[in-house]
Amino acid sequence: MNSLFEYILRISDDSLILGQRLAEWCGHGPVLEEDIALTNISLDLIGQATNFFNYAAVVENAGRDADQLAFLRIDREYKNTVLVEQPNGDFGDTMVRQFLFDAFRKLFLERLQHSKDEQLAAIAEKSLKETRYHLKHSSEWVIRLGDGTEESHNRVQNSLNILWRYRTELFYMDSVDAELIQQGIGIDLNTFRNEYDTFVSSILEEATLTPPANNWSFGEGRIGKHSEHLGHLLAEMQYMQRTYPNMEW
Amino acid sequence: MVTEKRVWEILDQVSDPEIPVLTIADLGVIRSVSQQGEGFKIVITPTYSGCPAMRVIESEIESALAKEGITDLTIETVLSPAWTTDWISENGRKKLSEYGIAPPVDEPDKSILFADAPTVSCPKCHSSNTKMVSLFGSTACKAHYQCNSCFEPFDYFKCLK
Repeated sequence: MNSLFEYILRISDDSLILGQRLAEWCGHGPVLEEDIALTNISLDLIGQATNFFNYAAVVENAGRDADQLAFLRIDREYKNTVLVEQPNGDFGDTMVRQFLFDAFRKLFLERLQHSKDEQLAAIAEKSLKETRYHLKHSSEWVIRLGDGTEESHNRVQNSLNILWRYRTELFYMDSVDAELIQQGIGIDLNTFRNEYDTFVSSILEEATLTPPANNWSFGEGRIGKHSEHLGHLLAEMQYMQRTYPNMEW
Repeated sequence: MVTEKRVWEILDQVSDPEIPVLTIADLGVIRSVSQQGEGFKIVITPTYSGCPAMRVIESEIESALAKEGITDLTIETVLSPAWTTDWISENGRKKLSEYGIAPPVDEPDKSILFADAPTVSCPKCHSSNTKMVSLFGSTACKAHYQCNSCFEPFDYFKCLK
């Protein structure tokens, strides 16, 4: 197995799948501004995924390009976390999912931009500037909904109760990580786990939200084991390439 | 023999596809022009990762130079150093403002999550009494503002550092 290729897929698949999820909001946002915001964030994520996939294709060196990596793998070959494939639900569900991810992604990219791998560092540096805007947006909404009306508070508390279990997988590491950490390319996720927890707690506190007491975790997406939701997402995302192979527009 | 200076002059006539009042040189997406054998190498950088204008920009560069007989051309895209709004030229900022888009203002430390929204002046009446409606606007690079004095809704080219 090519560890660097695997490592890049884990990053790019998170961006791609979350970008696809957010794109589902197009035309369905609760207000026009949020419809635009969610699709803007989707566009950033898909752009970042494109940069990562282009590099993954070079690293793999097997004649597959970025589009083939994005559209023509089967579900078990996707290495995104189970968190990002969760359905959009209501706007609160989407914002909690986004917040748990953005908080991780910002801290991760801050470190990846100093990777010894120059191309990964360059993509991280570029993506980080956009991710800061995403995190500001999702944090503000978590606070606004949590510390809002009784209805919004109860609903977003429920979103948190359901999505909380998936955040732990963001910190999953195995031999792929170990190898790349040793080479100065990968990031030891344990180095910012406390920072993540402290930051997330501070926003939840301001939002008057309480993390669920049970601290069990769920998700093995990094090794290709997904929830049932990914298959449905891929069916929609891939059908054009599957039906009309190699079509372009 | 066409010089690098001439290539820059030609590129200075190529409009940005989404904000046609700006040229791609104004926007700072052209990082370098260099002679390469009989032809030229042009290095460009995207504004945002997902900016859909980049491919159009590439083909516009090709066709603008082809009109001047320059066809031996390599266009390379680099990501680092990452594009920043600091690279928008003074002239570009002036043109943005006249077009009705507030140019980027220097924002406080981007590492602070909840820094106050920057004071952006209305491009119509120049009042600084404006409010941010949404951090995200009609394109990836803009936020949506409204003037409290003349009520004009307008785009703000948000600061990216």
